[in-house]
Amino acid sequence: MAEAQNIPVGSTTAGQIAVAAESTVATRMSAPPSFDVADFPVPHGREEEWRFTPLERLRGLHDGTAVATGEGVKVDIDAPEGVVVETVGRDDARLGRAGTPVDRVAAQAYSAFEKAGVVTVPKETVLTEPIRIAVHGQGGVAYGHQVVELGAFAEAVVVIDHTGDAVLAANVDYILGDGAKLTVVSVQDWDDKAVHVGQHNALIGRDATFKSFVVTFGGDLVRLHPRIAYAGTGGEAELFGLYFTDAGQHQEHRLLVDHNTPHCKSNVAYKGALQGDGAHAVWIGDVLIEATAEGTDTYEMNRNLVLTDGARVDSVPNLEIETGEIVGAGHASATGRFDDEQLFYLMARGIAAHDARRLVVRGFFAELVQQIGVDDIEERLLVKIDEELEAAV
Amino acid sequence: MATLEIRDLHVTVEADNATKEILKGVDLTVKQGETHAIMGPNGSGKSTLAYSLAGHPKYTITGGTVTLDGEDVLEMSVDERARAGLFLAMQYPVEVPGVSVSNFLRTSATAIRGEAPKLRTWVKEVREAMERLNMDPAFAERNVNEGFSGGEKKRHEILQLELLKPKIAILDETDSGLDVDALRVVSEGVNRVRESGEVGTLLITHYTRILRYIKPDHVHVFSAGRIVESGGAELADKLENEGYEVYTKGGASA
Repeated sequence: MAEAQNIPVGSTTAGQIAVAAESTVATRMSAPPSFDVADFPVPHGREEEWRFTPLERLRGLHDGTAVATGEGVKVDIDAPEGVVVETVGRDDARLGRAGTPVDRVAAQAYSAFEKAGVVTVPKETVLTEPIRIAVHGQGGVAYGHQVVELGAFAEAVVVIDHTGDAVLAANVDYILGDGAKLTVVSVQDWDDKAVHVGQHNALIGRDATFKSFVVTFGGDLVRLHPRIAYAGTGGEAELFGLYFTDAGQHQEHRLLVDHNTPHCKSNVAYKGALQGDGAHAVWIGDVLIEATAEGTDTYEMNRNLVLTDGARVDSVPNLEIETGEIVGAGHASATGRFDDEQLFYLMARGIAAHDARRLVVRGFFAELVQQIGVDDIEERLLVKIDEELEAAV
Repeated sequence: MATLEIRDLHVTVEADNATKEILKGVDLTVKQGETHAIMGPNGSGKSTLAYSLAGHPKYTITGGTVTLDGEDVLEMSVDERARAGLFLAMQYPVEVPGVSVSNFLRTSATAIRGEAPKLRTWVKEVREAMERLNMDPAFAERNVNEGFSGGEKKRHEILQLELLKPKIAILDETDSGLDVDALRVVSEGVNRVRESGEVGTLLITHYTRILRYIKPDHVHVFSAGRIVESGGAELADKLENEGYEVYTKGGASA
């Protein structure tokens, strides 16, 4: 099932990969980036960035009809000593520095939030315990903005945990000072009806390391847009994702790594399992290597495991290279099935049917889960995977 | 002593919107310690017999009985049959993405033995079994059958046979697609298991070549869905010289 492509330095290729004079990643969006929702037309569904998304299930986030209610979501932040946790107004200068909204819903979130959260880890502060941000939906509509900033050489793990029911559009900015190390685990463990759309911008300082795990289980519709840019040379980004898409769920992860700075690295690995009628997973992996970004080293990979009939995967890797002076660039995308013959094979070795399924799915996710490094989250994910499987069979 | 008894077994498959009878009354008894070769032309139903015994859902049992030590095999699910002591080495082993060989073997051994093997002895057991089959230790970290060559797949099947120690082993065309070296290694693996005297072996093959390495006690000729002649090892020599024509002529089309 594997299909991989590696691009040697300076070569030209065809197909999904374009050696482009101008970026189609940028030009195929329907409007230029902007903080103002009015700069984006209301999408009709045929735009490149919306064509996989069922707009009618966005509950009005895309057309201005979703009005924030008083108690949309409740946010609790539990931070170790030394971390500064603030709630700030719209005019705070620290907001929006990691990236500009690139689509209508992200701009809507930015235009509509009333208060923003800012979590700051001062320079050279090395945390031994995670910062935990609990976002609990209370059934309403909410817009939000969260900033996580690490000063130079600070080190932190941040866990953002989404639970409950909400219609939420919220963006997150991660700003990493020089030499900083940030690991983020964003868990979307929503109730069945929740809608969650967000743009996650990371701006990675010189020699800084950003590691992200995006874990999506719940929700009726989840659409996340992690984006990476580099503020200095030597930056590294590792973007890992896991999703388990059930019957009727739409889970969409759209990534962009903008190699705008020389000698930076990125590694993207997203894995998803799908089961049930109408389960729909979308993965878009855009990597842009700008002309100035000599010495770039990048790889992106998406794997999907389809457990039953009736599920659908759209997986679109897209790599654009404007300079040949790079270390490496490659991508791979593959979708495999767990089918009756596999089930028969495992059962013919004495393994009961539900154990066979669990074996396959746990094995599929294991290499990513083990890299999270936050014990309670790893354990919870494995339990969650088992629950998903129990619910299905 | 474990005994597999097949009595008047009839099996159909659905193909092209029609029901087709493939097995038309198979009678066979395989006892622990015995080796039976089932030989026959393509399309005679040999593989259908193998997969029906293992419980593949594609096949419908329409008549007859199969018992293992008196227990009704046909009432058992696929995994129950395996745990009862039936093992099918498949002609076309299936790729299982996301599951490493080592994880698969341990899960399987745990299911068959009823408890997880002790880790230290298990690692040694697997390593030694792999060495005997000339398998690279790195093999254990690959996904089950994913990207395996034909020979690797068959070695992996025999590795499982050695580790799971079934009462009855059904080897479905284990020799097909193997070069002489691989055939020798695989046959030696089968012989090691047979020499224990603990397993009854049902060796299904189209060719006599493998019988130079694995000596059967009984040879059965399979044609048009049933056993048409049984004998000792000398029957294989006759087939080697005369082929299957004598059994397939005269309207007994498969």
